[in-house]
Amino acid sequence: MIEVKNLSKMFDDLVVLDNVSFNVTEAHLVVILGPSGTGKTVLLKSILGIVPVDGGEVLFDGKPVQSAKGSEIYDIRRQVGFVFQSTALFDSMNVCENIALPLVEHTTLSNRQVRDKVQEILEIIGMVGKERLYPRSLSGGMKRLVAVGRALALDPKHLFYDEPTTGLDPIMRDRIVQLIIDLKKNYKKIGIVVTHDLDTAEKVGDDIYLLKKGKINKLKKIGKEVYNG
Amino acid sequence: MNLFSLIGDFATFFFRSLFIPWKFRTSKDRILEQVYNIGIGSLPIIIIIAAFTGLVSTVQATYQMIGTVPRYIIGTTVGRMVLIELGPILTALMVSGRCASSMAAEIGTMRVTEQIDALEIMAIDPYRFLSLPRIVGTFISLPVLTIFAEFVALAFGAVYAHYFLNIPFSVFSYGIIHFFSMRDFLGGLVKSLFFSIVIGASGCYFGFLVKGGAKEVGRAATYAVVSSSILILVLDFLVAVLIFG
Repeated sequence: MIEVKNLSKMFDDLVVLDNVSFNVTEAHLVVILGPSGTGKTVLLKSILGIVPVDGGEVLFDGKPVQSAKGSEIYDIRRQVGFVFQSTALFDSMNVCENIALPLVEHTTLSNRQVRDKVQEILEIIGMVGKERLYPRSLSGGMKRLVAVGRALALDPKHLFYDEPTTGLDPIMRDRIVQLIIDLKKNYKKIGIVVTHDLDTAEKVGDDIYLLKKGKINKLKKIGKEVYNG
Repeated sequence: MNLFSLIGDFATFFFRSLFIPWKFRTSKDRILEQVYNIGIGSLPIIIIIAAFTGLVSTVQATYQMIGTVPRYIIGTTVGRMVLIELGPILTALMVSGRCASSMAAEIGTMRVTEQIDALEIMAIDPYRFLSLPRIVGTFISLPVLTIFAEFVALAFGAVYAHYFLNIPFSVFSYGIIHFFSMRDFLGGLVKSLFFSIVIGASGCYFGFLVKGGAKEVGRAATYAVVSSSILILVLDFLVAVLIFG
């Protein structure tokens, strides 16, 4: 369980997070909805201790993130797969090497076992046969799929998606949405999806929150009116 | 950032990059990749620089000394100049221009495109993943490149002296070998070891400092080359005082 308690963050005079609190419970996928530029990505990165916060704390299964040091913070992060909006794939590595990197770094699997695991992930994300391609040869949607694959490599407990469908064509968007749903249903991968896309939020979210002007509120239903006011 | 905090920050970065568990199983391939990039990749430019350094040194030494000293002294002068000073410093400046800038640009771009954040989130220490192989790779490559450059410079000097200055190979090489001092050779190598640390650390440090976009990446590359070049000259003086002073 992830407990976010009273998280606050300011950039100069701009309040980005103002006492933000919510929980990610077992088997629930939380969606953080909000217009662009409201600090959704900052929230995600704050939860993992990548962006330092001004106040509040995050507990991963009771372990505090903000006060964790050295290997403690890495132990926490290993439980999370993160899909960046920019994909953040390593451009000097091909698809196979990108997905294999966490396995090579954190496990003692043999080369053959790593190859098998990568193959298994490629099948899940529907990218079999593309393992030798470099990120520069992939479309935006394919890069997003590989980013999901890399996030899955260590079989993490949670998946964090940062704007997973932004900038994609409708077909690829549906494919990514379906992948998120499948990963939740078939592989029990829950976590947080940050998006400004109402349609994606409605399809994948169990609990939906709106982040606006630094405040977070749980939504009972979504419609375009959530962005008004 | 004032000079003292910059020095403190740089030193912290250096120790943070090297005094960590190396995880040799996964780091060794990246170190070898850097040895290849820095060492083999720099060979063509080093050969060109070293060849002309040898040629110019021979011409200048001959111009200044011919007729006043025995001819083998030309070989001695060129040999000691190349081993003590020109070999180490010109190799270091060339590698600095070629590699420190590319390290800063590469790491800076990785910062801008969130690849370093991705490493952090994957619980991979970015200092171990990015800085360590580059610093160690430079540390291994530069002394080898320096020895190679010294050899090339002396060979070209000897050839020029033989064919254009009427100083036979045997006379030129007698001057080099007869007055060869291990202290000169090792002193030059010690310099190159210090220079290698400065080049690797500067390239990585300024890359990690990048926060903005393409403009900052360019600036980081410039800072990396300028600062490592200045530090190379400062260290050259300090090591020269310590070893030869």
